[in-house]
Amino acid sequence: MDSTILLFLLQDGLTNGAIYALLGLALVLVFAVTRVIFVPQGEFVAYGGLTFALLEAGKLPGTAYMVVAFGAAAFAMELVSRRRELAARLVAREAAFKLGLPLAILFLAKAVVAAQPGAVVNLVLTIAIVAPIGPYLYRVAFQPIADASVLVLLITAVGVHLAMTGIGLVFFGAEGLRAPPISSAVLPVGPIVVTGQNLGIYAITAALIVALYLFFGRTITGKALRATAINRIGARLVGIRLALSGRIAFTLAAVIGAVSGVLIVPMTTLYYDTGFLVGLKGFVAAIIGGLVSYPLTAAAALLVGVVEAFASFHASDWKEVIVFTLLLPVLLIRSWTDPHSDEEE
Amino acid sequence: MHRLALPLFAAIVALVPLVPGVSVFWITLLDNIGLASLVVMGLVLLTGVGGMTSFGQAAFCGFAAYTTAVMTAKFGWSPWLSLPVALLVTGLAAVVLGLVTVRLSGHFLPLGTIAWGIALYYAFGKLEILGRHDGISGIPPLSLFGISLVDPRAAYYVIWGAVLGAAILTMNLLDSRTGRAIRALRGGRVAAEAFGIEPARMKLAVFVYAALLAGLSGWLYAHVQRAVNPTPFGVHPGIEYLFMAVAGGAGQVWGAIVGAGLVTFLKDALQRIVPALFGTSAQYETIVFGLLLVVILQVAKDGLWPRIAGLFPSPPPAPVDIAAEPLPGRARATAEPLLEVADIRKTFGGLVAVNDVSLRVKRGEIVALIGPNGAGKSTTFNLITGVLPANGGSISVSGERIDGARPQAIAARGVARTFQHVKLLPEMSVLDNVAIGAHLRGEAGFISGLLRLDRAEERRMLGEAARQIARVGLAEHMHKPAGSLALGQQRIVEIARALCLAPDLLLLDEPAAGLRHFEKAALADLLRQLRAEGVAVLLVEHDMGFVMSLTDHVVVLDFGTRIAEGPPAEIKRNPAVLAAYLGAEA
Repeated sequence: MDSTILLFLLQDGLTNGAIYALLGLALVLVFAVTRVIFVPQGEFVAYGGLTFALLEAGKLPGTAYMVVAFGAAAFAMELVSRRRELAARLVAREAAFKLGLPLAILFLAKAVVAAQPGAVVNLVLTIAIVAPIGPYLYRVAFQPIADASVLVLLITAVGVHLAMTGIGLVFFGAEGLRAPPISSAVLPVGPIVVTGQNLGIYAITAALIVALYLFFGRTITGKALRATAINRIGARLVGIRLALSGRIAFTLAAVIGAVSGVLIVPMTTLYYDTGFLVGLKGFVAAIIGGLVSYPLTAAAALLVGVVEAFASFHASDWKEVIVFTLLLPVLLIRSWTDPHSDEEE
Repeated sequence: MHRLALPLFAAIVALVPLVPGVSVFWITLLDNIGLASLVVMGLVLLTGVGGMTSFGQAAFCGFAAYTTAVMTAKFGWSPWLSLPVALLVTGLAAVVLGLVTVRLSGHFLPLGTIAWGIALYYAFGKLEILGRHDGISGIPPLSLFGISLVDPRAAYYVIWGAVLGAAILTMNLLDSRTGRAIRALRGGRVAAEAFGIEPARMKLAVFVYAALLAGLSGWLYAHVQRAVNPTPFGVHPGIEYLFMAVAGGAGQVWGAIVGAGLVTFLKDALQRIVPALFGTSAQYETIVFGLLLVVILQVAKDGLWPRIAGLFPSPPPAPVDIAAEPLPGRARATAEPLLEVADIRKTFGGLVAVNDVSLRVKRGEIVALIGPNGAGKSTTFNLITGVLPANGGSISVSGERIDGARPQAIAARGVARTFQHVKLLPEMSVLDNVAIGAHLRGEAGFISGLLRLDRAEERRMLGEAARQIARVGLAEHMHKPAGSLALGQQRIVEIARALCLAPDLLLLDEPAAGLRHFEKAALADLLRQLRAEGVAVLLVEHDMGFVMSLTDHVVVLDFGTRIAEGPPAEIKRNPAVLAAYLGAEA
């Protein structure tokens, strides 16, 4: 292997690793706050990428209708669960958030598709469409069983993953989609070429990590989320609303998923079910980070990307086997070195 | 479970195919339910009882299915000859994976099973000898006495025979010395080890057993389907098995069959009904299945079986022979002092929790360890019982050093303890909880538990437990779940559990906390009785009236350091002790 191939593989690995890092961060975030191992994270990637690709092609994406449907389901759920305390104000507020907002997004999307304003607006619109699905999903599937065991939450997450993959097939069809790159700039660095797309991925990943760091370290909402993650009962006693923390975590996860999707759809053809395997790699990184550490997760994700790139070059058939087998020694080491015992579940 | 339930269920299973109108379609569906039930039963033991969540069970089906496929389709072996080989391969794989997996702690364990589950799935699909993604076809059907069992009805009896056999074995196991030890794993490592249970070995045994049940299912699957490919052995099917276990009620053997039945039936119904309603262009059935999964868990978090079982009156508890012959005792060490602690030290980072503390307890003596909160009393207990390693000093029982020994080895020397924070299994009966204390006095293993060869010893073990429960005055609560008792009573249950070890040295951590006046008096009487029998007692207690009236000797700790020791009457007047407790220069 000469140095050009080495550099190329390294670049490829780092690019994929950056995406895995974003997803790993989202998984850590959701798990820490809600104890849900968020299997459907990958679906947000697919939804985001496909929505963006359709907008770029000048078509109205199905997700714009999907968000209305999710909002209506969450609205119905909210009314049923709070039927004893229904008041005009409550209904009006819920209707605004769960019916009004998605309808507004739908009309906005129609207007944007008609106007064709360009990639940046499409990116923002994609996030606006996909992001609300996160909190609606939390309201419908997870909030009613927020106190259940990790196992029950996980199985529920699998159910959500199956349903969302199926819904993805309905709205996007079985055909794969690809979008033109957001930037066509190229930057030769020695023997290899770094595209604007690559740089964009690095920049956005780094920016999101910094933003998350500031959010959790400097804002009261972020601190409330961390408090929830550390001690749910304690957080409740000081007045932090668990349901709200859950919704924020899921919103962030949806946003991160959508951004990841937008970033990769110009590089690889996305299908309605591609998200799962991409999410899984992020998951590997999140596990190496022990589902608690953000910096470790980001570093692990880059490593996973690089290992995968080299594994696919040397033994492409065994790429997945290698990546997932390498996880076992890592888990063992973490089990031995982690201070937490298995005394209290 | 009622005595007649099992024969009744067996009779129903046997008669179903004979009912007119039950078509091959239904029999095939029931075959699939049976195949899934076997895997889920293993999961019930592994996840529901043992507390280890595995997503990789389908991979063990794969090991057995591929083994038998290669041996029968490629090398022409008889399926019956390949069965032991298939189980052996599965078992070996389980030992190797298990050695890694059971050492993973907390959430790392389920994640580890996902990791090797995915890796194995891809490996099955890449190996040339396993036919890569196409798999292996042309596997011969089972045959018995020259009759081919290719008809689903014939296979039905083989499959459900296996399910019933596995159910009986699994229920036997749960109702045995090993079964209690497995259940004790959920109550945490510390309590289990304090009574001589080896968590890692127990977990590995359960892991291999669950894998073998999955292997049996995989072997049957290969010969019923007559072809194998990687798809049914991946992580998605593994998740589905786990869902079956949860939907049925993880922890219940019958829940495994209920869960497998419900999920298999639902999936099949959806695959037929949904496309007819909505058209076949998209996989609407996946959506509906996913949604149903979410709904079922919201409606029944604990699974369906507890709800079904709740419809029937619960059977009376099995009688316990309180007059059963006692379990064999242990050769008693006679050297004095029984417990000698010399200059032990424990630091956590910069904090010195126990600072060169020395104390001794003689046979037939009650010694109290007192001191304000945070004085290092419970840490001292944990050092003596091997839960924490000491940083210095020595601990001896009857003149033999035990510092550095594992908790199990210390328990085997006749050191039993209770815990400051009660460590009982709240859902298990008081009787079973207490019987865990007798673990080291029995020797029935995994296999004798499965095959019910342990009945004589089991009768003596439960008899011993019942005697100790009666001795501490809780006979009327024997069959209640331990968690339903008042906290003070739960502490007394822990004492009964400790007594089952036939201890030479009893360590009691705040035994009188939460007891009412007359209960304290009864506890004091019990401790005096034990003292008269020659048991050495070391207790941590905050109730000074209780301590001063009962003990022979008092050791006072403050900030990890021994500040006084002596007979109770002296301690009461000791100025250093008064200063530590009242914060004044007395």
